[in-house]
Amino acid sequence: MKLSILKLIPVLALSLVFAGCSSMGGKSDETDGAGMGAEVSEAGQDGAQTSGASAGGAWTGNALDNPDSMLFTKVIYFDYDISDVRADFRDVVAAHGDYLAANPSASVTVEGHCDERGSREYNIGLGERRANAVKRLLMNQGAAESQIITVSYGEERPDAMGSSEMSWAQNRRAVFAY
Amino acid sequence: MTMRKLWILLILLMWHAQSAASLTIEITEGAEGALPIAIVPFGWQGPGAGPSQDIAQVIRDDLKRSGRFNTMPVKDMLARPQIGSEVEFRDWRVLGMENLAVGQVKPNGAGGYLIRFQLFDVYKGEQLVGYNIPTTERDLRATAHYIADIIYEKLTGQRGAFATRIAYVISTGGGKAGQQVSLKVADADGFNAQTIVTSDEPLMSPAWSPDGRKLAYVSFENRKPSIYVQEVFTGKREKVASFKGINGAPAWSPDGRKLALTLSKDGSPDIYVYNLNKKTLQRLTSHYAIDTEPAWSPDGSQIVFTSDRGGKPQIYRVPAFGGEEKRVTFEGSYNARASYSPDGKSLTLVTRQGSDFRIGVLDLQSNALQILSEGRLDESPSFAPNGSMVIYATKIGSKGELAAVSVDGRVRQRLALQEGDVREPVWSPYTRTDRSN
Repeated sequence: MKLSILKLIPVLALSLVFAGCSSMGGKSDETDGAGMGAEVSEAGQDGAQTSGASAGGAWTGNALDNPDSMLFTKVIYFDYDISDVRADFRDVVAAHGDYLAANPSASVTVEGHCDERGSREYNIGLGERRANAVKRLLMNQGAAESQIITVSYGEERPDAMGSSEMSWAQNRRAVFAY
Repeated sequence: MTMRKLWILLILLMWHAQSAASLTIEITEGAEGALPIAIVPFGWQGPGAGPSQDIAQVIRDDLKRSGRFNTMPVKDMLARPQIGSEVEFRDWRVLGMENLAVGQVKPNGAGGYLIRFQLFDVYKGEQLVGYNIPTTERDLRATAHYIADIIYEKLTGQRGAFATRIAYVISTGGGKAGQQVSLKVADADGFNAQTIVTSDEPLMSPAWSPDGRKLAYVSFENRKPSIYVQEVFTGKREKVASFKGINGAPAWSPDGRKLALTLSKDGSPDIYVYNLNKKTLQRLTSHYAIDTEPAWSPDGSQIVFTSDRGGKPQIYRVPAFGGEEKRVTFEGSYNARASYSPDGKSLTLVTRQGSDFRIGVLDLQSNALQILSEGRLDESPSFAPNGSMVIYATKIGSKGELAAVSVDGRVRQRLALQEGDVREPVWSPYTRTDRSN
């Protein structure tokens, strides 16, 4: 077996350099898929300048960061083995759809997630189904298809660790990443 | 490879310290009727302390792990012969041993060794096989696995699978911040684990090429899934699919020329076949349901896959060049991730039993389903290349671990990693390249 460790040292060094960049906000601008320019920021507040609302006044920051707005909710949850958006989250999804319709330059990545039960690749399929269900509702509000990217993480990115019903409920979710 | 990709991906080819990162094997259920065998510690015929590995112990562990052998503890041995002429067969008969292996290691040039080993039938007092095998310090364990394969084949009539490898995915650091996901390759006994890819985004679905030299896998390193093919020995890799939507579940055709894939670029997830040489894509299924997890029959004529077109996930089959899709599983509300046994006569799959997900083997002739595992969340079964065992992922508490079970369900072993969440084990095919170079 040939182990070319020496050859890989420059690769490793570069990797470390770029790993450093990433934590400082470097983002991938890969555009491999058709029209897929996915840019996801961890905190979901791309370029936003947040500020507190003055007493009795209107929110002056980015609408997505207004704690009093339904847009502040960026995670919605699903029932087991169901990809339809739950009734109690319809208004949240509608608010995001309205926002996208009103801000044609805005775009969102909708991530679909599952709990850990069942096989992994099948769960990738289920997660995509959830993300697509959200996408359809966003478009019903007038959002353009070009504003919405969907990605399924299946069970690969759990929010809660553990194998309890409570963890599972927290992991069956869709995330709005602006 | 562009610079952008490098920040997220560390390709490492490093031998890890074997103790900290290896899988340890516990036999959780005994095997009745296992063949008694004594593997005497191999003698060292040179200056100094000799080789770093206890070759006889590696052989003993392999044979014991298979469930087919009951190996004699060294402390119970009354004599330690190193060559056939030193063996008193009567003594070993009294101890109830049916077979006996002895060996000697000699220096053989710089950093080299020559291992002589002999296997005897104790009752007949006859040598069954004898070999002189040159090796090196680095290949000692591999040579020991090779000897275990020789013994296994001689005494069971079935080719051994000890000198093969496994690939698996391991994550450390929890679900979100700080998660590190690695794709590793280790010997079939869990030693010599090497990391071949590390990312802070998910890695999934490793699949060995039929020659054991490449792995296809799914990486989310660009915050979307892409399928890569990577050479295991050099780390060189190629991105083979990065369409809009799902790019998942790669599966090599038996001739190594094609990959079956799951893509959702045309709507819902469907099965496609990608020709690696011609770089052409053929769509095999076209259904609004989820079609995923393709696996080829050993003769390359059929592909099985998971589909929930009937409402719940079940296994279906389609001719590999396209044609009519037929349902394969009817029992139970959840059957997924099937793959063929090496002889093509059965499938191993994930099946739901009540609220538990277990590993099953479905006989394709009788349609009988045998449940092999006892966990709550078992998944990702993979046959050993001789069909004797199935390796799979299970949960101990909430931690992912690997387990292996004999196909008759009699012997089950845990392969416990000391840290990290281990999943998606895949057993390598037979390969002649493992010990070359």
